[in-house]
Amino acid sequence: MKLTTLHDAIAAHVRDGQTIAMEGFTHLIPFAAAHEIIRQGRKDLHLVRMTPDIVYDQMIGAGCARALTFSWGGNPGVGSLHRLRDAVEKGWPRPIEIVEHSHAGMAASYTAGASNLPFGVLRGYIGTDLPAVNPQVRSVTCPYSGEKLATVPALRPDLTILHAQLADRSGNVLLRGILGAQKEAAMAARRLVVTVERVVDELDASMNAVVLPSWIVTAVACVPGGAYPSYAQGFYARDNAFYLAWDEIARDRDRFRGWMDEHVLGTRTHAEFLRGLGVPAAEGGPSAAEVIQ
Amino acid sequence: MKVPWTPDEMMTVAAARLLWDGCVCFVGIGLPSAAANLARQTHAPEIVLIYESGTVGTHPHVLPLSIGDGELAETATAVVPLPEIFAYWLQGGRIDVGFLGAAQIDRFANLNSTVIGDYARPKTRLPGAGGAPEIAANARQIFIVLKQTPRAFVPRLDFCSSAGFMDGRGARARSGAPGKGPQVVITDLGVLRPEPGSEELRLVGLYEGATVDQAVKATGWPLRVADTLEVVAPPTHEELQVLRDLHARTKDAHSRPVSVPY
Repeated sequence: MKLTTLHDAIAAHVRDGQTIAMEGFTHLIPFAAAHEIIRQGRKDLHLVRMTPDIVYDQMIGAGCARALTFSWGGNPGVGSLHRLRDAVEKGWPRPIEIVEHSHAGMAASYTAGASNLPFGVLRGYIGTDLPAVNPQVRSVTCPYSGEKLATVPALRPDLTILHAQLADRSGNVLLRGILGAQKEAAMAARRLVVTVERVVDELDASMNAVVLPSWIVTAVACVPGGAYPSYAQGFYARDNAFYLAWDEIARDRDRFRGWMDEHVLGTRTHAEFLRGLGVPAAEGGPSAAEVIQ
Repeated sequence: MKVPWTPDEMMTVAAARLLWDGCVCFVGIGLPSAAANLARQTHAPEIVLIYESGTVGTHPHVLPLSIGDGELAETATAVVPLPEIFAYWLQGGRIDVGFLGAAQIDRFANLNSTVIGDYARPKTRLPGAGGAPEIAANARQIFIVLKQTPRAFVPRLDFCSSAGFMDGRGARARSGAPGKGPQVVITDLGVLRPEPGSEELRLVGLYEGATVDQAVKATGWPLRVADTLEVVAPPTHEELQVLRDLHARTKDAHSRPVSVPY
């Protein structure tokens, strides 16, 4: 049975020291899964995400990460990720190794991983200092034209974690809206854990919909609101006010720790987390029977 | 009657005026997004806005806070995967104009958005390059928007996140970068463009009330100044009205409580 609880999915598949990609470009960010990893005290993780966003700011500030592979590390539309900055600038709560790409480079890395190729190729990084600080960025000469092109090694995470709108009872997963590099990260990973808004009898997917078939999905857990404060198209909007508020919460170490203690470590489930923040429960929420699998 | 406006509004309006109807624009968050949507709602209704989150031909009613707000997806002609945006659309040569900002710029319009200080032990860790390196390389032309201060307009970048004209005098063309590179820098004082030949940025226009002396003092290298300077017209009543309405709608939308079905 692929359908499980979030607690059990994280306990079964997340190990200290793993390389974990939690994708979702602004949309469908797996916050509930990240919080559960923090609650379970996993550490020494190599976190991979194009945009670390608040989700990795929290994991880095909580001390889960030894390394970060990324391509843009800000709070979108707001400014800095203060916990990421503190780790890079001051080594708090522990030093972090960074592997820095451009978006196009990282997308090519995932695509190469998904394609089982050793590297991705792009007309990229031209004239920049990134190759000087990231020795993974190299080049190859095109055998046809002689053009020098940038290369990036394939990304093959031990585990990719995604959030999606729907799964059916067999564990087939449907995503819609802004996809980021979710499909590539899913196909590049050795294992794939997905949280979803709803579990339904029929996905009722249109012909070219993005469906991850159950046989590439390791485990599915139903976690309504699991992408909050990011969003799930068709279910709820991005809480832009929270992203603005995070700037103040994360700026100060003690305030951050207090917030995490109260809202993440002090709660057992995502529903408790949402209630604790006072997030209004929308009409048409799932019934208890849908949530408890 | 004169209408007072802020430097941000003047920059946004100046940037919007440079976009033409039907142009395909790769938009960044913040001022570029405001400028592109101002253009769409005034003189360029057929402008095609592409955000790197994969939204192609989007028509947002309010400005997005992030590059991937649902508003962008809901109003787009197509929503495509992110690797496709960079491979097929940007590298594929479909973008007329890429908008970039930065923390630092040098005289050849190379940009830094990565670190202040040493990379390994930075004084300030900035968000990083994101889409900029390949936007700078592949878009047909680049528009840069940046406030003019000696801290931002530096003789030497702490880190090069995206390339403009590199060392100038044809270095960019020799690098194999397909696009023409930065064609204009819009600041809070006026407009700079690369000088043909040297490819060094040169002041070519000033806003009403701004002076050459101000621009020179705000630049960390000896700024070249064109023989004749264009006076950039102040925002029109319509431009200000549309822009302010857009910001007001946006502020309202972003402070609305979000309810979640849980």
